[in-house]
Amino acid sequence: MPKLVYLKDVVTLKLDEAKCVGCGMCLEVCPHAVLKMNGRSVLIQDKDACMECGACSRNCPTEAITVQVGVGCAAAVINGMLGRSGAACCCSIDAGSCCSDPSKPTCGCG
Amino acid sequence: MDQHDKSDHNSAGRLVLPMAPASCCGPEVLPAAPPRSDQPFVEGVHPGPRGDIPRVSSRLRQADHWGAVKARLGVGRMHYAVDPGLYALGTPDEHAPVLVSANYKMSFDFLRAALPGRNAWILVLDTKGINVWCAAGKGTFGTDELVNRIQAGGLKDIVTHRTLILPQLGAPGVAAHTVKKLSGFSVRYGPIRARDLGAYLDAGFKATPEMRRMTFPFKDRAVLIPIELVEALRAALIVVPIMFIVSGFLGAGGFTANLFSDGLFTILALGLSILAGAVLMPLMLPYLPGRAFAAKGFAIGAVTALLLIAGWGYDLSTWRGVLQAVSWLMMPAAIAAYLAMNFTGASTYTSLSGVKREMRWAVPLEIGMAATGLVIWIVSGFIA
Repeated sequence: MPKLVYLKDVVTLKLDEAKCVGCGMCLEVCPHAVLKMNGRSVLIQDKDACMECGACSRNCPTEAITVQVGVGCAAAVINGMLGRSGAACCCSIDAGSCCSDPSKPTCGCG
Repeated sequence: MDQHDKSDHNSAGRLVLPMAPASCCGPEVLPAAPPRSDQPFVEGVHPGPRGDIPRVSSRLRQADHWGAVKARLGVGRMHYAVDPGLYALGTPDEHAPVLVSANYKMSFDFLRAALPGRNAWILVLDTKGINVWCAAGKGTFGTDELVNRIQAGGLKDIVTHRTLILPQLGAPGVAAHTVKKLSGFSVRYGPIRARDLGAYLDAGFKATPEMRRMTFPFKDRAVLIPIELVEALRAALIVVPIMFIVSGFLGAGGFTANLFSDGLFTILALGLSILAGAVLMPLMLPYLPGRAFAAKGFAIGAVTALLLIAGWGYDLSTWRGVLQAVSWLMMPAAIAAYLAMNFTGASTYTSLSGVKREMRWAVPLEIGMAATGLVIWIVSGFIA
């Protein structure tokens, strides 16, 4: 199977190498191996693979990583534009469920 | 019946909602009660320092499997939750590992089913019945909820160690260093997939690089199809009958005769458009051209439409035939592209920035093509 890669040069992930203490926590939580260890700090090796989940920045004890966190879900973007709040949606590889309000049990996403 | 369940839940939800800020994900207002022992999947109780702890097994029962099928189909899924709190898997002691999960029942079942013959504590967070990945993104599978649940469950009196194992996909919601500071427990992120958990535990809390990589294989894509399809068919129930009736006015013959020719074609074409966008696109995802999901949808929708037009045998020597063929190329491509674009939410590798970039061109194109196709189709009915 070809490797699944999304759009090029669009991801908002940024790393401040001066702040990085090289603890490696971000490498552990990243689901797409975007970062790798480079001596005593990490570097971004595959930026286009980043899905902006924010696991790395959330778990960085020195706030060396920043990213605009969001769920890559067109239905959620549309719901947002239509002013339907609380209807963000997302999915998972192990179990699908939608994070919507009770009046809208699903929003078209796994 | 399920519809009834849902509306019951809605009214219950409204009663509860005013207590919390507008969204479902406001801070926990109610005090954390221990999980009930009379939930259908609980097999007994395990004595604990603060009372009985519900005991569960790694063996899933028929009702668990059936519940998973219903959740996949989007039937009554808002009910698919377990009580948050501490559970005993098998007969754990004070040294047994503590595994953290969400209170979406499928997440909970995946976890326990992956650990046959093992004893562990399962700490279920209140994620409002949402799976780990979703809930972490929303923050309900989060640092505060975890710290509160540790205290509410009296975990410090139950285990002597100070380590928690969280699913890696919970990391977007939980700051491990903050949990350590607030609760004294160290967070270790386990593998992405529950099925790797046994190997992770046996290796002394070590995950291989493969265990940490999110993939999107055929089987994972396939199980997401029903829910996408159900959503698409909901809209189709309105659109298809209308267009079927309109077909009766557009054909070359009488109204009834047209329904049996043009009308049937309309149903077939719309059905195939949905099939292309909501079924074929997810299945063929890695092999379709383009990176944007809408591009992949346009491609599969257009190919499907071309095959249909060729198979149906439109008379392309008349203007009417040409216009109808063009309209039935545009509309299916637009529908399939839209449905494919919506699959970004189900996929495991799309970023919000990317989805927004894609939508900037895809949404106007989809609307434009569908509208143009519709106009051409209607105009074709007035050309002899």
